[in-house]
Amino acid sequence: MKISPRVTHSIAWGVCWAAGLLSLAFLLVIIGYVFVNGIGSISWEFLTTNPQGGLKGEGGILSPLVGTLYLVALTLLIAVPLGVGAAIYLSEYAVNNWFTKMVRFGVESLAGIPSIVFGLFGFALFVIALGFNFSILSGSLTLACLCLPVIIRTCEEAIKAVPGTYREASYGLGATKWQTIMHVILPAAIPGIITAIILTVGRIVEETACLYVTMGGSSNMPTSVWSNSRTLSLHLYYLAMETTAVDKALATGVILILIIVVINFVTRWLSNRYVAMTRGGNR
Amino acid sequence: MAVKIQIRDLNFFYGPAQALKSINMDIYENKITALIGPSGCGKTTLLRLMNRMSDLVPDTRVEGQVLIDGQDIFEKSVDVVNLRKKVGMVFQQPNPFPKTIFENVAYGPRMLGTNDKQALSKIVEESLKKAALWDEVKEMLNKSGMTLSGGQQQRLCIARVLAVNPQIILMDEPCSALDPISTLKIEELMMDLKKEYTVIIVTHNMQQAARVSDYTGFMLLGELVEYAVTREIFNVPKDKRCEDYITGRFG
Amino acid sequence: MSKISDSVLQPGCELRRVYDGFWRYAIYLFGAISFIILLLIALFIFREGYPAFQKIGIWQFISGLRWDVSDQAYGILPMIIGSTYVTIGALLISVPLGIFTAVFLTDVAPQMMRSIIRPAIELLVGIPSVVYGLVGMLMLVPIIRQSGHGSGDSVLAASIVLAVMVLPTIVSITEDSIIAVPNAYREGALSLGATRWQMIWHVVLPAAKSGIIASIVLGMGRAIGETMAMIMVIGNSIIIPDSIFSPARTLTGTLALELKYAAGLHWNALFATGVVLFVFILILNSFGFLMLRGKNK
Repeated sequence: MKISPRVTHSIAWGVCWAAGLLSLAFLLVIIGYVFVNGIGSISWEFLTTNPQGGLKGEGGILSPLVGTLYLVALTLLIAVPLGVGAAIYLSEYAVNNWFTKMVRFGVESLAGIPSIVFGLFGFALFVIALGFNFSILSGSLTLACLCLPVIIRTCEEAIKAVPGTYREASYGLGATKWQTIMHVILPAAIPGIITAIILTVGRIVEETACLYVTMGGSSNMPTSVWSNSRTLSLHLYYLAMETTAVDKALATGVILILIIVVINFVTRWLSNRYVAMTRGGNR
Repeated sequence: MAVKIQIRDLNFFYGPAQALKSINMDIYENKITALIGPSGCGKTTLLRLMNRMSDLVPDTRVEGQVLIDGQDIFEKSVDVVNLRKKVGMVFQQPNPFPKTIFENVAYGPRMLGTNDKQALSKIVEESLKKAALWDEVKEMLNKSGMTLSGGQQQRLCIARVLAVNPQIILMDEPCSALDPISTLKIEELMMDLKKEYTVIIVTHNMQQAARVSDYTGFMLLGELVEYAVTREIFNVPKDKRCEDYITGRFG
Repeated sequence: MSKISDSVLQPGCELRRVYDGFWRYAIYLFGAISFIILLLIALFIFREGYPAFQKIGIWQFISGLRWDVSDQAYGILPMIIGSTYVTIGALLISVPLGIFTAVFLTDVAPQMMRSIIRPAIELLVGIPSVVYGLVGMLMLVPIIRQSGHGSGDSVLAASIVLAVMVLPTIVSITEDSIIAVPNAYREGALSLGATRWQMIWHVVLPAAKSGIIASIVLGMGRAIGETMAMIMVIGNSIIIPDSIFSPARTLTGTLALELKYAAGLHWNALFATGVVLFVFILILNSFGFLMLRGKNK
């Protein structure tokens, strides 16, 4: 017996609903599980004490929190100027020649390389060859390489979205190329660039593998960029794998998810504003 | 009557496609010259060659000469930034920067190195007055240029060009996005401007060309078919194609 | 009135022109940096990995069944198989689920569901991989253990965790490529009396094919590259898994677990493993981007 198209349609619609709901369920289960089991361990003390490094995972998350902040600041400091510069090259200076092809190939290839391979590279170059040892600096440099493609791509899109008429007007007034970029194009692209930066912060917070082999993992409070340190994600890993403090690992997970939620919210809000603006609203 | 711009055997190519075919033309100082013709005839291309905005499009090629005051602007020794300072351009869509009204007008002088607040204020006021916009915006110089109406935005863009003290003003269909009243204002402004500047305007609107211009060139398929005093072109066109276009029997 | 000819001939040496020239080259340099980094990565891992290929032999290295540091035996076949198994397992779950979810989002879901699921998918991308690993470790592994199949740390657990992690990649790229299908195709199909599902199945999905393949390829890249979450749920034994309940080890896991204390040939062998990963991912992603670009043309 042949099933009629109408019946197939209904079945297919049902399957699509099931798939959509299942995808949603994954998120709810993961977040639900982490929150239900982790939120109880969060306290003021948890946020303001350093991990003690024992097998029972005593202590809180203060030093990993500070380590994360260090890492975010330093990585952005390295990666954002480079990324914005490369994005300016690709959107404003690039002509279709071998050099541009080479740069594009670099960006696209870097985007896919696994984090741990960056870790391998960072370990060999920064930790060993350059003698930075296990440190926030080594972690930041490695992570900056990892984040660069995403920054370049997002910033390039932001710059390309700036109406060409602004460029024409500026050149028409006798401004040089660099003046046009600095005074007209970049100011107009700022919301997009900020989005790129926030996305990068998210990436830094979630990254673990390449930091596991470059940052060292000490639970002491970092004092400089040369300190051996750990981030929240790394801390969660150590708690889960090397201690019995499952509850604290989950509590760290809660904090991480909250950070990511805030980041997503800000990105969304910014990009909505940005879309409204480029569609020609006032300011 | 002084010739400001001489165009000699000018050919222009986008890749393999020829957009302009051996154009020869003299443009007179302190006159308004209009370029008319159907879409795609090359009139905007010709206009954009006069301050080398055409450089911004990759894969293009120029043959022949455009002489301004006897100087060929395509010569290697010519500095394109200085050229554009002297040959200003107003675009089809009003395109103020997303900055304040003051900063829009002050942009050019600032880029040329004027940073003194008082000097800038003076330039801004003069330019806005010349562009017949001062009375409407003098109370709100710190508001965004984007908040103005379309017609006001276009006059702001004209003021922005005037602020860098050009000698020639190129206008690429400056009224096509505007309502009739704003159009009238811009046309009045153009009559004013020609006392000090040489104005070249590209327009779709033949009535506009007839109203404002002293000379008119009719272009078709990349050629300058006829070029003469406006009155003559509109009353006794010599070329059949030009007559067809003007009387509306054509594209 | 002054002549233009005088002023346009002096290029001038104002400061702004000096800046313009300086920044032009600075920007070229910034542009080149991503390529330089790529070169450096290749250089470093190839240089450190080369001795291993030389001493062990490329083929023996890739097809060797034993990885035993104390015995100086380095063969990565078990890890290649482990990585392959979890990747295939993850794709078996996430590809159908992802494609149907994408269709759900573009054609089936009411506006309200869309505005819930899209941010949810975005959030899934952002959650740190160690959190996935943790949930897998605490929730999934015990379930598998209780079903009576060994310790629970297994290819199955790793595949499921990985499937959830890869899902957003597949959904979002597939969704984009479905949206990019011209409306005329849809209208054409519907006007011939097709049901909306027939339209999707016979017209829309085939038209979006290259985007969907790209999403799978890029998802695959992400799956192979995942490290920490895998370590947490797969058991990390160096064996060739004989069932989905068997533990295993991935290529990436080996690197993370052993790099910090490696020396000598062991060190070289780890970098050689990195070379294998690097080359494989480069090929895979080139293919994926090629598919994406083909779609745009």
